[in-house]
Amino acid sequence: MKRLIESVGIPRLLVGLFLLILFALAGFQRLPVKMLISSALVRIGMNGVLVLAMLPSIRAGLGLNFGLPLGVITGIVGMLVSLELRLNGLVGFFFALLVGILLSLPAGYLYGLLLNRVKGEEMMVGTYTGFSVVAGMCMFWLLAPFNNPEMIWVVGGRGLRVTIPISHRFGGVLDNLGKFSVGGIEVPVGLLAFFAFLCLVVYLFSFTRTGMAMKAAGMNPAFARASGVNVEKMRILGATQSTVLGAIGIIVYAQSLGFVQLYLAPLMMAFPAVAAVLLGGAGTSRATVFNAIAGVTLFQTLLTISLPVTQSVIGGDISEVAKLIISNGMILYALTRKEA
Amino acid sequence: MPSAATVLEMKGITKEFYGNPVLKRVNLDVKQGEIHGLVGENGAGKTTLMNILFGMPVIHETGGFSGQIVFDGKEFLPREPRQAMTAGIGMVHQEFMLIPGFSVTENIKLNREITKQNLLSKLFSRKLETLDMTTMAAHSRKAIDALDFEGIDEWASVAGMPVGHKQFVEIAREIDKENVRLLVFDEPTAVLTESEAAILLDALKRLALRGIGILFISHRLDEVLAICDRVTVLRDGEVVAERKAGETTVIELAELMVGRKMDGLRSLDGPKLLEAGEDVLVVENLIVNMPGERVKGVSFTVKRGEILGIGGLAGHGKLGIANGIMGLQPASGSVRFMGREIRLNDPVSALRAGLAFVSEDRRNIGVLLDETLEDNLVLTAVQVHGRFLRKAGPFTMRDAGSIWRHALETIKEFDIRTTGPKQVVRRLSGGNQQKVCIARAISLDPKLLLVSEPTRGIDVGAKQKVLEILYRLNREKGLTIIMTSSELGELRRICHRIIIMYDGKIAGILPPDASDAEFGLAMSGERSTERSGKHEATH
Repeated sequence: MKRLIESVGIPRLLVGLFLLILFALAGFQRLPVKMLISSALVRIGMNGVLVLAMLPSIRAGLGLNFGLPLGVITGIVGMLVSLELRLNGLVGFFFALLVGILLSLPAGYLYGLLLNRVKGEEMMVGTYTGFSVVAGMCMFWLLAPFNNPEMIWVVGGRGLRVTIPISHRFGGVLDNLGKFSVGGIEVPVGLLAFFAFLCLVVYLFSFTRTGMAMKAAGMNPAFARASGVNVEKMRILGATQSTVLGAIGIIVYAQSLGFVQLYLAPLMMAFPAVAAVLLGGAGTSRATVFNAIAGVTLFQTLLTISLPVTQSVIGGDISEVAKLIISNGMILYALTRKEA
Repeated sequence: MPSAATVLEMKGITKEFYGNPVLKRVNLDVKQGEIHGLVGENGAGKTTLMNILFGMPVIHETGGFSGQIVFDGKEFLPREPRQAMTAGIGMVHQEFMLIPGFSVTENIKLNREITKQNLLSKLFSRKLETLDMTTMAAHSRKAIDALDFEGIDEWASVAGMPVGHKQFVEIAREIDKENVRLLVFDEPTAVLTESEAAILLDALKRLALRGIGILFISHRLDEVLAICDRVTVLRDGEVVAERKAGETTVIELAELMVGRKMDGLRSLDGPKLLEAGEDVLVVENLIVNMPGERVKGVSFTVKRGEILGIGGLAGHGKLGIANGIMGLQPASGSVRFMGREIRLNDPVSALRAGLAFVSEDRRNIGVLLDETLEDNLVLTAVQVHGRFLRKAGPFTMRDAGSIWRHALETIKEFDIRTTGPKQVVRRLSGGNQQKVCIARAISLDPKLLLVSEPTRGIDVGAKQKVLEILYRLNREKGLTIIMTSSELGELRRICHRIIIMYDGKIAGILPPDASDAEFGLAMSGERSTERSGKHEATH
C-alpha cells in the first residue's frame, strides 16, 4: 500500500481523491455527469499538446518552458494566414499547422540561443521572454496586413480583433473527426488520436540517438560533454521542439475552442500547461510522456467538473479560483521541492 | 617551549560521514606560543578536524563526533563558529572572507566596531552610536604593523588588492581580536608570492612569541619545517606520527604522508615489465588550466601495453593531465595518439581517436545517476561510435536487444552487484558505480584508457576488485592505461612506470620499485628526479 502511494505520488493521489468526491457530488446533485465527462475528454485533447510541449524543454535541461507563449504566437500567426487565405476544414487546419511550424522553427532556435546565454536562469528568462513577445505582438496585431473582414475590426477596418471566430473555417475539425457516442458519452476520436500521435512521436524520439543525447545533456551536462555530446546544440534543439509543439498545441486548442484569441490571451498560456505536467509527476529536470498524459487528464477533468459542482453546491463559482490555486500551487510545490 | 601551558587539546576525535570513518581517534595538542604543523594529503581529514574545532554546522548535521576538546583548560564543545570565536580561536581561511567594498579598517573591525555616543543613541539605542573611525583605524594600523607589512594602508578599499595583501588583512583581523589564544592557518601561503610568504612566516613566528598558539596547515613541507615546533601527520583520518621539527626531514614527512598503504589488499603479481612497445601516445608541452590542478607544461610518452601511473600530492596537477588530454579542461600543447594529432578542448576528437576516460568526479561526470545501468553503459558508445543502434525506417533508434545483452555480459564480466540492467545507477553502491564507469569506458572498445582516482571513496573489497579489473584489462587484453591516483600504494602495485607531479610539472618518472624516499622526494618537489629504471623515459 505504501509503495503504491509512493509510486502514484501524493499530489496525484489528493487530486484524484478530490476528483472522486466531485464526481460523487455531481451524481448526488443530479448533474449531467455524462456530459461533463464528454467535455472533459475534449478539454484533455485540446490542452494535451501544450502540456506535451513541456517535455523537450525539461529533457534538454532547460526546465519548464515558461516561454511557451512564443510557440503559441507562431501558431496563431499560422492560423491567421490560413484564415486570410479563406481555407476551410482539414486543409485549413493543416495549412495553419504548416505555417505555424515553419515560423516556430526559427523562433525556437533563437529562443534556444538566448537560453544558452542564461544558464541556470532559463525558467525566469523564459517567463519574461514569453511576456515580452506577447506584448510586442500586440502592436503587430494592430498593424498586420490582414484583409479578411472576418478577422479585422468592423469599425475602422484596420487591425485584428481580440477574438476571431473560426467555427465555419476549421473549428472543430479534429473534434468532429470520427466522433462517436457510447452510453451518452461523446468521444472526440480525431482530437484524441492527434494528441496520441504526437505523444508517440515524442516517446519514440527519446529512443533515438539524438533523443538519448538530449536526455543526457539535460540530466548532467558535464557527463554529456564527456560522452561527446554537444550540450549547447541539444539545448537549442530542446527549445526548438518545445516551441514547435507550442505552435501545434495552440492550433489544436483553438480549433476546439472555435476562436483564435489574440492580444493578451496567450500571456498566461504557459501556466496551466506547466501545472499540468507537474501534477502528472514531472520534475524540473525529468519528465515522461506518461507524466504529460496523466497530468493533463487530472488537471482538465478537475477544471471541467469543479465549475458545475461548486455552482450547484455552494451557489457560487469558485472554479476560476480553484484553477488558480491548483495551477500556481502545483508550480510552487514543484519549484521549491529539491530534486533528489 | 616545553613547559608552556597547553592551549588546545583534542583527544580521541572520531568522526564518520554516513558510515565512512574520516577521523579515527585523532589526538592533537597545541601549547602556548607553539607553532604546530598539521600535514596530510587531501582527504586525510585536516579540514574535517578543523570543522570540528570550529563547530561548523556540517559536523552536527551529520551526527556530531566523539572525543573531547579541551581549550584553555576547560572542556569545549562548540556548536557553532561564533562560540569558537568568543572562546578565542581565530581562523585564517584559504578563501578570503572579506567584503570587497569595505576599507581595510572596516573589514578588520567588522562586527566589533568601536563606537561613540551621540544624541540619537542617547535617546534611543546603542545601535545608533557613531563609529569611531579614528580609533578603529589606529587599532587596524597596530594589527597590520604587528605583521611587519607596510604595504597596506588601513584606509584602502579591499577590492582590487593583490591576493597577498588580502591575506594579510585577514590575518590582521584575527590578531586584532584581543582575547585570541589560538590561530588556525589553513594553507596561508598557497596564494602568496615567495617574498610575501617569507614575510608571513616571520609574522607567524612573532605572533607565537606573544604567546598565541598557532596551528599551521600546509602542503609545503619545507615551510612547515622552517617555522613549526612540532608537526602532526594525518593519513586516512589517523595520526600516523608526531615529530619535533628538528628531528625530522622533508623526506620523512613526505613518506609518512604518502605511506605504503596496503589496506589489506592482496598484491597483484605478474609480469611487471613489458618488452618495450612503441610509443602510442606522445604528449608535448601540455598546459592545462584546470582550477586547482593546473598543469604547467609536461611532456611524456606512453608505450603500447603499459600502465603508466600519475601520482603526486593534491593540487599539483596530476588530475589535470587526463582532463586536458580528453578535452574536458582548457588546454594547449600537442597530444598525438598513434600518429594522429588529437584536437584539444574537443572531447569528441579524443573519443573518436579511441581514447576513453574514467573521471575522478564519479558522481558528476562518471555516471548519470538517474539513468538505468544499461543506458549508462552504452550512452557514450551510442554517441561517439553510433553503436547499439538500429535502423527503423528513416530513423536510427536505440537497439534494446543488443543493449540488454551487452549489459548482461558486462554485469557478469565486471561483477556488478545489481538487480539487473534496468536498475537506476543511483541505487548502486559507490564501488559498483565505479565499475559502471569503467565498464562504460570499456564499452567504447578503447585503444587507450585513462582512469583517474579509480578507488576514491569506495570500500576495500571494491578497491581490490577495481584494481584487478584494470590489471586484467592490461595484462590479458593488452589495453594501454594511464592511471592517475593519489594513492601511491595502488599505483606501485599495478603500474609499469609512475610519473610524479609537483607544482604542475613532472618531478620524476620512477619505476614502481623505487624507494619510499625517492617517491617522497619527488612528491615534495625537493629535486627533479629522472630515474627511469628499465625504461627510457622521454621528457
